[in-house]
Amino acid sequence: MVTPIGKALGAAVAAPVIWLASAVNLPLKAWQRATGTNGMAAFFLAPNMAIFAVFVLTPFVINFFYSATSGTAFFLADRTYVGAAQYERLFDCASYVDPSTCREDLFWKAVQNTGLFVVVQVVLMTLVSIITALILNREIAARSFWRAVFFFPVLLSPVVVGLIWRWILQRQGLLNYIFYSVGLEPHDWLIERSSAFTAAVTVSVWAHMGFYTLILLAGLQAIPRDLYEAAEMDGTRPARVFWRITLPLLMPSLLVVVILTLIRAVQIFDEVYVLTGGGPGTSTLYITQYIYEVGFASLLRNPGLAAAASILMGAVLVVLTLLQLQLGRRGEKKGARE
Amino acid sequence: MSAVVSFLTRRRGGKGWHWTDVVTWVWLVGGLIVMFGPALWLIASSFKTPAQLAEFPPTILPYVNQQATVEGYDKPLTLYTVKMPDGTSRILAEVRRVGIVSQMVDPNAPDEIVKINIADRTPVREIGLATENYVVPLEQNNFLLYLRNSVFVTFMATIITLLTNSMAAFALSKYRFPGRDVVMLLIVGTLMVPLSVVLVPLYSVVSAVGLYDSLWGIILPTVATPTGVFLLRQYMLTIPDELLDAARMDNASEWQIYWRIVLPLAAPALAVLAIFSVVWRWNDFLWPLVVLSRKELYTLQVGLNTYAGELNVQWHYILAMTVVTMIPVVLVFVFLQRFITSGIAGSGLK
Repeated sequence: MVTPIGKALGAAVAAPVIWLASAVNLPLKAWQRATGTNGMAAFFLAPNMAIFAVFVLTPFVINFFYSATSGTAFFLADRTYVGAAQYERLFDCASYVDPSTCREDLFWKAVQNTGLFVVVQVVLMTLVSIITALILNREIAARSFWRAVFFFPVLLSPVVVGLIWRWILQRQGLLNYIFYSVGLEPHDWLIERSSAFTAAVTVSVWAHMGFYTLILLAGLQAIPRDLYEAAEMDGTRPARVFWRITLPLLMPSLLVVVILTLIRAVQIFDEVYVLTGGGPGTSTLYITQYIYEVGFASLLRNPGLAAAASILMGAVLVVLTLLQLQLGRRGEKKGARE
Repeated sequence: MSAVVSFLTRRRGGKGWHWTDVVTWVWLVGGLIVMFGPALWLIASSFKTPAQLAEFPPTILPYVNQQATVEGYDKPLTLYTVKMPDGTSRILAEVRRVGIVSQMVDPNAPDEIVKINIADRTPVREIGLATENYVVPLEQNNFLLYLRNSVFVTFMATIITLLTNSMAAFALSKYRFPGRDVVMLLIVGTLMVPLSVVLVPLYSVVSAVGLYDSLWGIILPTVATPTGVFLLRQYMLTIPDELLDAARMDNASEWQIYWRIVLPLAAPALAVLAIFSVVWRWNDFLWPLVVLSRKELYTLQVGLNTYAGELNVQWHYILAMTVVTMIPVVLVFVFLQRFITSGIAGSGLK
């Protein structure tokens, strides 16, 4: 399969890399003699941790300072300290149920939309992926092929996903053609409010269900065969086998799936942004888009307000992630015991 | 064919069909259509001319109007099937159209011009690809530049990710040193700080170090992935320490141990991370959207989004460029999909 040209090309690329790797050996040997194991550990960690410190840790810390300042300047030194004013502004509401009574009506609209999106999407996603995983776990011919089929959209970029579906859901698109050919009324899917929400949820489930199916399938395959054999010998009905064996033993994977879906759904942005742009009106405006637009895109940009909103979202995510890690640890302990 | 059918429909123990078998096959075949259909529809549409894209009901395959060169005319003329007043139909070439009257000639007898009502003619079509949908945006609308930027970002970010993550994973799996648990905890903590949470401060950090509006500004913040470090560390833990000790006996330096022993042995995990990294970086959207402002630095994803957001959406170009954007991940899917699926099933990362 590898052609001679390919081999030569590979060697040409590899040669300087190999040369470089042996060139750094001498100074590193000196460093090793001088500092010992700890020094070498520091050396190996340095590049990753330096990038980590600059681009993850620093932003994380100064985000809190941002949320306590106002103005349109991006450099912290040029901004004025306002204390908790940005948070007060976000929470300045006559009634939290009705976003139009809030000072930051868009924020609350986005919170409401995100809440609804999260609930509907998590239910739909879990349901679709568990059905698919159960079906893929059956004795079917060419299982790895079918597994790949459902995985395909996971690899597509959000922009590609958004554009593919925008093209299908437009007025003269494929879906309306299918509706038209079976005698149904065509719709402006992305222009009508209720259908835009449905489209956003459905498209995101379409794009990601393959990933969760894989996790659930791995969970199903980890269930010991002998349990099923014993149930079969006892003549247990299939429905009972599902409720009493499959579901309880699948629970750890299922919880992981639910929480991962939650974490991702809270941050939903790109594919919906490309699909609907947050519209019609504000009906598919979600938190991340709100942060992006307040922080960068709108004319009246307010980085402090965006930072405050992002910290609130971050707090929700921290809780969810801790929950996930807790579950993961429990799963690990269980695995160690078995 | 019947062998294929009997292979696909075979049941264990030769029992008959149960209703669950029907559900299974309906779900699988339905899944096949729903999962691949949209992408195939995109590809088919991307080869259609603007006029064809505007048609409703749409055709499945792309067609173009057939043309012919007729003696006495410089440009090739479009062919039409024409219903003649006497009820017969002929294939004529259109010379020009005036209002609702079309002046046409017979390609075999180009001297005589026939005047036809435009309602009586339909274009002769053949399956053909409107390849200009691809050529024009690549040549005239910067898309070749966007493509180059995307390739550069993906390649560089992946190389740096592999190097820095594997070095960190090596230290965290093969050394005991003070503060190791703190480092691990910090890396775990990163999982809780997704990009959307630190969007504003990260932007100002990137501006402060002078990387705003540059490709390195979208490469560097992404390379210290916690998932990469985890994946590689888990794998390196399975490499026996005796191997390293034996090399130390032979006077190998720590760097040589990392470079000549651990790295080659961790190749399977590195391959998985490389595949992931390529897909992640190729598909990145929000961060490049924030950092890049000069049009010539746009990656494909950002360029495509900007282009699709214009008031007058030129779908024929957008569809074609969406296909171009899709090509690398489709290649990954076709050739490397099993590595990814086993990687996810093993570690639950994405």
